[in-house]
Amino acid sequence: MSEDQRPALELRDIRKSFGPVDVIHGVDLDILEGEFVVFVGPSGCGKSTLLRLIAGLEDPTSGDILLQGKRVNTVPASERGLSMVFQSYALYPHMSVRQNLSFGLENFRMPREEIARRVDDAAALLQIDALMERRPGQLSGGQRQRVAIGRAIVREPLIFLFDEPLSNLDAELRLQMRVEISNLHAELGNTMIYVTHDQIEAMTMADRIVVLRGGNIEQVGRPLDLYNNPVNKFVAGFIGAPQMNFLSGRLDGSTLSLACGVDREVPVMSHEAVTLGIRPEAIGVSLDGSGDAIVSVRNFEQLGSITYIYAAFPNGDPITVQLPEQVPLVRGQEIGVTLPTAAFHIFGEDERAMELQS
Amino acid sequence: MNKVVAFLGRTAGNRETAERFGIADFLAYTYLVFGVLVILVPVLWTFFSSIKPERAVDSFDTRLLPMSQIEAQIEGVGPKTVWLMTDEGGTVTEVYKAGPTRKMTDVATLEAPADVFQTPRTSLAPAEEVRIATENYLDPLLKRNGQENFNFGTYLFNSVFVTVVATLITLLINAMAAFALSKYRFRGRLTFTILIVATLLIPSSIILVSLFFVVWSFGIFGSLWGVIIPAAATPTGVFLLRQYMLTIPDELLEAARMDAASEWRIFWRIIIPLSLPALSVLAILSVIWRWNDFLWPLIVLISDPSKHTLQLGLTAFSGEFDVDFHYILAMTVVSLIPITLVFVWLQRFITTGIATTGMK
Repeated sequence: MSEDQRPALELRDIRKSFGPVDVIHGVDLDILEGEFVVFVGPSGCGKSTLLRLIAGLEDPTSGDILLQGKRVNTVPASERGLSMVFQSYALYPHMSVRQNLSFGLENFRMPREEIARRVDDAAALLQIDALMERRPGQLSGGQRQRVAIGRAIVREPLIFLFDEPLSNLDAELRLQMRVEISNLHAELGNTMIYVTHDQIEAMTMADRIVVLRGGNIEQVGRPLDLYNNPVNKFVAGFIGAPQMNFLSGRLDGSTLSLACGVDREVPVMSHEAVTLGIRPEAIGVSLDGSGDAIVSVRNFEQLGSITYIYAAFPNGDPITVQLPEQVPLVRGQEIGVTLPTAAFHIFGEDERAMELQS
Repeated sequence: MNKVVAFLGRTAGNRETAERFGIADFLAYTYLVFGVLVILVPVLWTFFSSIKPERAVDSFDTRLLPMSQIEAQIEGVGPKTVWLMTDEGGTVTEVYKAGPTRKMTDVATLEAPADVFQTPRTSLAPAEEVRIATENYLDPLLKRNGQENFNFGTYLFNSVFVTVVATLITLLINAMAAFALSKYRFRGRLTFTILIVATLLIPSSIILVSLFFVVWSFGIFGSLWGVIIPAAATPTGVFLLRQYMLTIPDELLEAARMDAASEWRIFWRIIIPLSLPALSVLAILSVIWRWNDFLWPLIVLISDPSKHTLQLGLTAFSGEFDVDFHYILAMTVVSLIPITLVFVWLQRFITTGIATTGMK
C-alpha cells in the first residue's frame, strides 16, 4: 500500500444506534482503491451494519462517510454508485436472469446495446450465459450466487459490497466460490468490502482484515500480521483454526508460572495475572512422555496429512495440538508436549498482547 | 368425463389410505355440497325463473321447467289458450273456452270450433308445453313490446365505465398507500394503518349524508365520477395489500436501491409485479363491489336516466302498480354475465402469482 494511493472510502468516527442500542461505537477506517477488505467478527459485532452504512441503506447517527474524498452521508443508496451482493442474494423473483442483470443498468437510461454488451460480458465471465432466460426460482444455490454477483458486476461500481454471500452455500461450493471471488477481484481490480463471520474466508481472500467486536474495530491488518501479531486475546482467539490455546498463569518479574504446572523465563517484565496464548501447530509432541509437561489425550482427529490432538493437563486445562503428520494414538494415552518460548503470546490482565523482546 | 368422476371421488390421505371413503371424506363432501347449494341455488333459481313466461312468474309457478300454456289460432274466433278436457270415460280432448269459466263452462273442440257445449270446470286442465321465454331477454334488449325505456347499451356502458375506472383507481391508490404503510418506516405508521382499518367499523349508510355533501360541493353530483371517486379508496384494499406486501422481503427493495432504482420504479417494477396475487383478489372484490353497487349510484345518478348503471336500470321495470318480474329476472341474469367472466379471467392470476413469488 503506497502512500500516494487515495482512499476509495474513508470512515470518520462513525457511530450508529438503533433507538437506545449503540451498535457502532466510533469507527475510523480508510480503504484504498483496489483493496479487498474483509470485515470479520462474531455475530452481532456490527459488521453488517457497517456495510449497510457504507451502502447507504442505513444512516449513521454521527460521523462522516467519504467516497473518493466526497462526503456522501446525505446521498441515497441509489446514487452512491456502489453495488452489493446480499446474503439472501435478493434476486428479483419475477424477472429472468437477464432482466435481473439489466435492471440496474436500465435505471441509468443506458443505451440498449451497451446494456446487452455488459450483461453478456458479465454472463460469460461468471459462466451463466446458458441460464439467461431462467427465473431465479429455477436456479441452484450456486447459480443464484453467480447471478447475484453478476448483477453487481454489470454496474461497474466504485466499490463492491458483499454481505456474507457464501453463508447459504454448502461447504464444497463455498470453497469454489471463494476462489472465484478472489479471481474476480484479481481480474476486475475493483475495491471490494466483504463481510463474513468465517475467519477462513477472511484469511484466504483479504488484502486487509478488519476484526470487529461489539461495534469497535479490534485490529486492522494483513491476514498474516493478524495471525502472527494479534493485538489482543480476542483477535488471537478469533483468527486461526483450530483456535489458539489459552493457558492462565502469573507473571512475577520475568518468570511465567502457568496453572498447568509449567514455569518459564519469558522476555518481558511485569507482575500480574496473565494468559499465555500458543497456537496448536507450535506445540511439539513426544510419544515417550518427554517435554515440558505430560498431558492425557482425550480425543483426536486423524485427517491424514494433519492430526489434531485434544488433550488436557493434569489440572484439567485443555490444550489442542496440531501435528503435520500421522501418529499412532489411543484415548487416555499420556504424551509429552513441548511449548517453545518463541511461539508465546502473552496477554495481560487487560487482555492486550504484551511486547516480547526477542 | 372419467377425469371429472375421479376428481369428484377424491378422498383424503396418501396413496395407500386414500382408497377408503372415511368419515372425514363424508363430512368434507357434505360440507362442500352444502356450500355449493347455498351459493348456487339462488343463482339457479334466478336463471330458471328468468326463462319462464310472464304468466308462470306472476302465478308463482314453482315447477323447475318453463311450462307455458299452448295458444292456438281458432278459425273465426281468434287466438285462444288450449285446455285438455277429460270426460267420464277418460278420453282426453283438446278444447278452448268459448265463454267465461263457470261451474259448467262453455267449450268447443279445436276441430269443430262452432260446436259449443258445456263441461264441468273440474274436467279442464291447461294444455302445456315446455317453452323458453326468450321474450324476457329479447324485449328489453331489442326494445320490443313497449320496453323502450330500458336502454341496455347505455346502462351497460355506464356500469362498465364505473367498474373499470373505479377498480383501476382503487388498485393504484390502495397499492401506493399499502406500499408506504408496509415498507417505509415513519412516525405514526401504525396509527395510520389502524385509523384506515378502523373506518371499516363505520357502516356506509351512516356517512351517506356527509358523503352526499362532499360530492355535491365538489361538483361531481349527478356524474359518473360522483360514483367513482368516493369509492376509490377502500380500507379493505389497503389492509389486504399491506398485509401481502409485508411478506415481500425488504432485501429485494434494498437490492433495487443498490441498483439505482428510484422509489417510483421500485413500486412499479418490484412491488406491483410481486403483489399481483393480492392485486387480483382486490380487483375481483372491487369489480364485484362497483358492479353490484346500488344505493350510492341511486343517490348520485337518479335524476339523469342517461347516467344510470345496469343495477339502476333494473328499477325501470318496477312501476307504481306492477312489477315486471320476468324482465327483472332476465336482466339480472344478463348483469351477472360480465362479472362471472371477470372472475374466471382473474382467478388464474391468483394462482400463477403465488407460484412466481417466494425468494430463494
